[in-house]
Amino acid sequence: MVAQNIVFGILAVVMVAAAFRLVTTQNVVRAALFLAVVLAGAAGLYILLAAEFVAWVQVLVYIGAVVVLLLFGVMLTRAPIGREGDLDNDQRLLGALVALFLLGALGAVLLDAFGDQKVGTINIRRTAEVSDSLFGTYVIPFEVVSILLLAALVGAVALARRD
Amino acid sequence: MLDNAWLIPLIPAVSFFVILFFGKRLPKKGAEVGIAALTASFVLSLLTAIEWTGEHVPRHAVHRHTTWFEIGGIDFGAGIHVDGLTVMMLVVVTFISLMVHVYSTGYMDGDRRYTYFFAALSLFTAAMLLLVVSDNTLQLMIGWELVGLCSFMLIGHWWEEGVNSGAAIKAFITTRTGDIGLMTGIILLFFAAGRTFDIEALNREALTGGIGHGTLLIGASLLFLGVMGKSAQFPLHVWLPDAMAGPTPVSALIHAATMVVAGVYLVARLYGVFFAGFSIEVGGTNLVAIIGAITVLIAALLAFVQDDVKKVLAYSTVSQLGYMIMALGVGAWTAAVFHLFTHAFFKALLFLGSGSLIHAVHSNNMSDMGGLRKFMPTTFWTFMVGSVALAGIFPLAGFWSKDEILLGAAEDGYPIMLVVGLIGAFMTAAYMTRACYLIFAGEYRGHGHPHESPPSMAWPLRILAVPAALAGLLNAPGILLFNGWVEFEVEGVEHFLEHHDFNPMLAAGSVGVALLGVAAAAAYYYRGALNGLADRVPPLRTAHRVIVNKYYLDHLFLGIIRAIQYPVARAAYWVNQHVLDGVVNGVGKAAQRTAQVAYDVIDQRVIDGAVNGAGLSAEEGGSILRHLQTGRVQQYAALLFGAVAVLAMGLVVLT
Amino acid sequence: MYLNQFLLLAAILFCLGVYGVLARKNAVLVLMSIELMLNAVNINLIAFGAFRDNVIGQVFSLFVIAIAAAEVGVGLAIVLLIFRNRADIDLDELAQMKG
Repeated sequence: MVAQNIVFGILAVVMVAAAFRLVTTQNVVRAALFLAVVLAGAAGLYILLAAEFVAWVQVLVYIGAVVVLLLFGVMLTRAPIGREGDLDNDQRLLGALVALFLLGALGAVLLDAFGDQKVGTINIRRTAEVSDSLFGTYVIPFEVVSILLLAALVGAVALARRD
Repeated sequence: MLDNAWLIPLIPAVSFFVILFFGKRLPKKGAEVGIAALTASFVLSLLTAIEWTGEHVPRHAVHRHTTWFEIGGIDFGAGIHVDGLTVMMLVVVTFISLMVHVYSTGYMDGDRRYTYFFAALSLFTAAMLLLVVSDNTLQLMIGWELVGLCSFMLIGHWWEEGVNSGAAIKAFITTRTGDIGLMTGIILLFFAAGRTFDIEALNREALTGGIGHGTLLIGASLLFLGVMGKSAQFPLHVWLPDAMAGPTPVSALIHAATMVVAGVYLVARLYGVFFAGFSIEVGGTNLVAIIGAITVLIAALLAFVQDDVKKVLAYSTVSQLGYMIMALGVGAWTAAVFHLFTHAFFKALLFLGSGSLIHAVHSNNMSDMGGLRKFMPTTFWTFMVGSVALAGIFPLAGFWSKDEILLGAAEDGYPIMLVVGLIGAFMTAAYMTRACYLIFAGEYRGHGHPHESPPSMAWPLRILAVPAALAGLLNAPGILLFNGWVEFEVEGVEHFLEHHDFNPMLAAGSVGVALLGVAAAAAYYYRGALNGLADRVPPLRTAHRVIVNKYYLDHLFLGIIRAIQYPVARAAYWVNQHVLDGVVNGVGKAAQRTAQVAYDVIDQRVIDGAVNGAGLSAEEGGSILRHLQTGRVQQYAALLFGAVAVLAMGLVVLT
Repeated sequence: MYLNQFLLLAAILFCLGVYGVLARKNAVLVLMSIELMLNAVNINLIAFGAFRDNVIGQVFSLFVIAIAAAEVGVGLAIVLLIFRNRADIDLDELAQMKG
């Protein structure tokens, strides 16, 4: 238990710091790298919670694909690679206020609802169980998501091609 | 083979994909794949039939079901239910479809979407077979909708012409109107019968009183709405004649084996629901019988005034479907199914024959035909066989099945339906005589030189003529094979569905009536005895006009909004001109005086002040709020998130 | 481990994501912030899955990942389109809807 808490603490600090830098850094490429750090931290959390399969999917899909895609986006839109001081707009204060207020609301609700409840012993879920559920009970949502991906694919091609 | 009947729909389905993807590269452009697949399916169907008829009595339906997935304990799956009805439908559908495929190689030769046409034919057949073998209503509905889709594709095959695509859309939308009922009915019955789609269970629950009678009546009525759309029953029959815009082989397929008989099949399959829901055993009348009876009469009347040979046959189909529905309505289950069986053969024959005629004279209109007997002997003889069978003349197929329907109506206590059936028989014989006269007798009125069709078209006609003539004998007195093969299996109705003994009087009566119809039409056309009758007698002239305009049903449907809108608009206008204007003028004059006084005192000071004040405040308010509308998405997002947080906080504080 | 430590971490990440969406000018950075928010949701799902001792949380987090992938694909396509039309992806400049 103690070990887990230590790991969680390290992950949490790293993730929050990286996320903070992600939304404040003045360098687009660095922001993408910070995003990768946060995502990797989340994958660590999943392993901590015994969700091994999701952790690997997280690494593959998010870090492997999404971050790379975002870097391509940075490249194709010719955003300045080096340091540039003008990535924020003029409503930083408003944004910070709203975010803090939201955090306050969320924190209050969470503390109120789950004050001292513990995650008991975590049973390791084998990938087979996840797949049984995914292709059994949730097969219709699964199919719907596959249609959605197809639609997104077609939509992305239709939007981005030159004609 | 009974256990593996699922192969029969699967083969044409595979053939659909093969033709679609590889058809164009094949030497015969995909036609050979379709024909091979249908031959295989037909052979398998025959094997199934042999196995079924060879079983010991009582035969037990084969029921296989696999679960695809389960949600909340409800079983969604696919399965087959093979009994006599299924086997009969399998044989009929695959046989007719095979004939149509072969015929189409001649008829559609050189068409620009030849391959696509064969692919659609395969899918059409596969969908119908899927519908026929399914053991649950959900799968049945999938087949049902696929059939509808394919009919849309095929009716609109020559979509370059607006009329054709219009007809396809009309067919699709009209049947879809009914499908709303079907879908609702299926859902209703699903819950009423304790969360099951299983057809056998639905029938059992309905007949043993597991479903309340009120629910059952509503459910059966909703399902029947779907049947009315698909099987072209009054008043949703309007799409079927327009569907003649499709290529003729498609018409043959739609009218004989697939699509329209799906509705009849549904009633026959879920007969327990309809039987208990409409209290069929009580006798007298019920919705199914009435709709069937109305359809028999109005469609037969319409067939008299058509010039397009395919439309004559189309209305004849509607009328014959009315017979089947009526038979189901009076409780003559076997008779209805038997009529479906015989009708499939002779109607396919007639349609393919009409296709042969159209192929020869390049026109659908009977006014461009005439005297074709000399030019097209094969078509002539086969068409005559089909006509005589349709007219119900002894001993061809139509006679036996129609006779059973009349017998059922007579014995089960439905005297009105018996009379309707006899009138229908009279009219059927008469309009077919008219059609045959216009096509084959007299002098050729068209252009060019008509010629007999190629062998690929002539042979299906010859082959189809055999069952069209003989199929009825399967249930002739003394043989009665069909009756034993195809039975409704669920307990609770056997005593009612027992086969009635052949009644020579009634049979003689129905043949007599049919012959009378032939004689009347012959008198009219050959002799000209009654020529100009419709023009001379005013009531008949009116009736003629009504029939020519298809009872104005199309006008009714299309104009229904206009018909409501226009009088309302007129009335509103009148009220506006006469009542309101008068009042306004009167009031105006009186008001003018008062106003002058009021103007000086109230208006200028109080009202103006208020109005200007309101305007000003709106303007001020607008210009303040305007700043919110910055056009910057992120500011909107900030407001959104902020508002959400505030609301959430409010909720927390309040609760 | 308390359930809340995961949920509060997720809440912090979510709010940082909100801040990023609101305060960033560059459209690609906004997309990154959205990914951050989605990820916070995923942490919640997994944590609740472990808390309730079932796999549903994992299954749904897989759905979220798939949908996030679709979202980033379409989002980048839109960003590219904007860039092509305006040679700029500064969201401040996209204010034609100004009242």
